[in-house]
Amino acid sequence: MAKFGKKKKGLPAVNTAALPDIVFMLLFFFMVTTVMRETELKIQNPKLPSADQVKKLEKKSLVSYIYVGKAKDKTPGDKIQLNDRISSVSDIQSFIYSERAQHSEQEIPLLTTSIKADRKSSVGTITDIKLQLRDVNALKINYSTTKGSALDNIK
Amino acid sequence: MARRDTPEINAGSMADIAFLLLIFFLVTTTMDTDIGISRKLPEKQDPNVVPPILKEKNVFEVNVNRNDEILVEGNEYMQVKDLREAAIKFIDNGGGTAADLQSAGLSVCSWCEGDKDPSSSDHPKKAVISLQSDRGTSYAMYVAVQNELVGAYTDLRNKYAKKKFGRLFDDLTGKQQQEITTNIYPQIISEAEPTK
Repeated sequence: MAKFGKKKKGLPAVNTAALPDIVFMLLFFFMVTTVMRETELKIQNPKLPSADQVKKLEKKSLVSYIYVGKAKDKTPGDKIQLNDRISSVSDIQSFIYSERAQHSEQEIPLLTTSIKADRKSSVGTITDIKLQLRDVNALKINYSTTKGSALDNIK
Repeated sequence: MARRDTPEINAGSMADIAFLLLIFFLVTTTMDTDIGISRKLPEKQDPNVVPPILKEKNVFEVNVNRNDEILVEGNEYMQVKDLREAAIKFIDNGGGTAADLQSAGLSVCSWCEGDKDPSSSDHPKKAVISLQSDRGTSYAMYVAVQNELVGAYTDLRNKYAKKKFGRLFDDLTGKQQQEITTNIYPQIISEAEPTK
């Protein structure tokens, strides 16, 4: 019976004094790496096409985003979102001008427009956007994609 | 000796608080790095300027219709997976003779490994890929085609860089890269306005 008697005393509790330290370390990591989403999507979250010839967009402050996708209420046709509202193609020029106003003169040629379009959008919409961008001389564009084989797009 | 009796603050719930914050940041964090295919739009053209006339053999025509079918050079249906190889074959053809290229100030492409077919492109600097899509083409297809065409240039540049400098294109110095992008394999992809 001596065995059982011993067991009743119980194991000593695991020392958890360092637990907050560990958790804080993780916390700081996520706090530092987190990027808060600046704009709320008014359209359905676009499902980006995949491609492998991709480049990373450096300097996020120099990038302006144009979202293209279906409206949330599933009305047909592609919708364009600039900043945080759904806009028409003709608003793109003023959007670019307002983006430029936030940057200094030297940075303007470096500004990139990232087109985040759903894979089901039509090329017509994209072309309309590109024509508008060309008219205001915002020539650097980036078709936002996910990394993967381009052949995944066709299914 | 009152100080000695100050009770220790109970830090047992510290972990809970930290966990709460941690979970908040875990949920809100977005790890997406922005990647994509970078392209440069052409500058706006003066409508009075007559576009330069290109020889048909120097143009690689890619048509994508509204059913996402690809037609290459006006007579051959192609799958996306074959497009890259066809584009490489066209760019790297280097079929021009010294006499052909003299007027453009170029000499015969010595690094080209293509077939030297006289009915295909003369020189990588003269080879133009023309992409024509339809307004109804899906964006996924459009990106796939763009990706393959850009990929063709990437493959060629890598091959050249490997042969000449023993490294991949991305690992070269800026000057070497510039040499390749301007004189060896410049990326000439021209996009025609889509058909209605």
